[in-house]
Amino acid sequence: MGNAVVEVKDLSLHYFTSKGPVRAVDGVSFDLLRGETLGIVGESGCGKTTMGVALLNMPTPPGRIVGGQIIVDGTDIVPLSDREVRKSIRWEKVSMVFQGAMNCLTPVYTVGKQMTETLQRHKPMSRAEAENTIARYLALVGLPREIVRRYPHELSGGMKQRVVIATALFLEPQVVILDEPTTALDVIVQAQIINVIKDLKRTLDLSLIFITHDLATEAEVADRILVMYAGKVAEIAANEQVYAAPPCHPYTKRLLAATPRLHAKVNELSFIPGTPPDLLEPPAGCRFRPRCDEAYARCEEEPPLREIAPGHLAACWRCV
Amino acid sequence: MAGDIVLEVRDLRKYFPIRRSASEVLGGRRRFVKAVDGVSFSVRKGEIFGLIGESGCGKTTTGKLVMKLHRPTGGSILFEGKDSTQLSRGELERYRRRVQMIFQDPYASMNPRFKIREVLEEPLVIHRIGVNRRERDDLIMQALAEVKLTPVGDYMGRFPHMLSGGQRQRAATARTLILSPALLVADEPVSMIDLSTRAEILAMMKDVQKEFGLSYLYITHDLSTARYFTDRIAVMYLGRIVEIGTPDDVVDHPVHPYTRALISAVCEPVSGKVKVIKDLPIKGEIPSAANIPRGCRFHPRCIFAKPECVDQPEPELAEARPGHQAACRRWREIPPV
Repeated sequence: MGNAVVEVKDLSLHYFTSKGPVRAVDGVSFDLLRGETLGIVGESGCGKTTMGVALLNMPTPPGRIVGGQIIVDGTDIVPLSDREVRKSIRWEKVSMVFQGAMNCLTPVYTVGKQMTETLQRHKPMSRAEAENTIARYLALVGLPREIVRRYPHELSGGMKQRVVIATALFLEPQVVILDEPTTALDVIVQAQIINVIKDLKRTLDLSLIFITHDLATEAEVADRILVMYAGKVAEIAANEQVYAAPPCHPYTKRLLAATPRLHAKVNELSFIPGTPPDLLEPPAGCRFRPRCDEAYARCEEEPPLREIAPGHLAACWRCV
Repeated sequence: MAGDIVLEVRDLRKYFPIRRSASEVLGGRRRFVKAVDGVSFSVRKGEIFGLIGESGCGKTTTGKLVMKLHRPTGGSILFEGKDSTQLSRGELERYRRRVQMIFQDPYASMNPRFKIREVLEEPLVIHRIGVNRRERDDLIMQALAEVKLTPVGDYMGRFPHMLSGGQRQRAATARTLILSPALLVADEPVSMIDLSTRAEILAMMKDVQKEFGLSYLYITHDLSTARYFTDRIAVMYLGRIVEIGTPDDVVDHPVHPYTRALISAVCEPVSGKVKVIKDLPIKGEIPSAANIPRGCRFHPRCIFAKPECVDQPEPELAEARPGHQAACRRWREIPPV
């Protein structure tokens, strides 16, 4: 596709533990299109955060990228050295807001000092320049300039999250990865942060990857949804293909059914029996097969990710 | 549903003192965080009562007061008609047995050195139930079977770290059931459980609730599960209940402006609003419980507030519809949802 900002091709990232390799990301391919928000959804341990970190070519030891390509702006960043990645890709082109980052602000420095430090480390500039830049980014996320004199404990969760998002934007990246940016926040604050993210995307012309376990949040923010299960892509579909029409992959269907709705009266919420497989020894064939109620003989063979309708991909033999 | 009341909370208050500056000490001034500031509600026998609110609204403190983990600053808690603050030693022991709790974090609520058998045996030993090990083992196996941790023999010898989050919440439920309680306080029992199994745990909790005629005080921030799980919902804001009613009344016909804002902020798994920035009918951020606004405590954030909301005393809960109460003076004048 011509207008992809990031192309991921057959990417694998394994964690080499004493018990053997854990296949957290195992042959994942997708494109991030210019100006879109791609949502990555899945249960804990499905590899969604690992996927995000892989896009910065920054695996956490003992993790290592063992295969595949990540093409950012025409260059494959997988073979690049750490220095090269740091110089031209990480934070410059692709930036990330980590899960729980708002709780990682240093309690002993003011917010302004921490932001200035980050900014000056990457872009040599005078103090006055830095102050102006910071004020500009704070305004973008809806915070007053005065906040720089405050300490993190004086800010609410929502304000800290805004600070962290502003900091991730300093080097004017084209792509921002947000890992569970609203998870630990209260409902109203959550909605406010989602508004900030949508607004930033529009004003700064960003492409976003929004990682969360919650399909309900994804419905609100993502143009396209990528559902991960046990280190693999189960389904990639446009927002309406998941929420307006029923999705195709049984896992997506079950996950959606397990997502509670406020405005639908149900007597029984459904759930998915069993637990996700151990990625040290994933089951052969389709990895969802042991928990799937639609599985049949063919599922012992691994289903490829195929296009079943324009822009709608699924890795399931049942989807045609 | 039986009309008899298991738990009645009247005008409950819990103020935590704040460390004072030297001048405040010398001036004899005291300041408090008013975590719970005049809460009244009752839970009927066999009812699941939901206490909903954002962090800092006092819902967990209310639960802890019911558990007698805090001493109330004011008001009373009546359990089966008796005031929980005035119990004799024997009555207190009974209270501790009949009122049980399921905690939020299944990873921290069990001794990691205990096997599941020992986790469940401890309350039996404390309350001197079962004369010998065999009798206790029978009770343990029965309780594990109730929460569907089967085959029971398999789980008894396991350590908590060998169980998934969902399985641990089952074991935690078994640990409470073993004492035949009347009331369970469940503080965010599923918020740390994976979405795919959350419903499974709630369904199990509902099953045992029906089977044993238990009452639940279900404390959560999550309106969506509360709608499905509870019989009645109370919405808390800054230490007070602002609205009480059935889940259908509260969610479909919210009266209080705060409840409305809360509902409008919930994300639904429904397509079509990706490009739209939500218009939230609420202003600013939650004030500190150490400095509660004058008049109606919600007025600084309310988009419908008028001077009367500041000048007049705090509105009390009043009936908006049968069985549906809200603490808003102006609800008749503001447009319905």
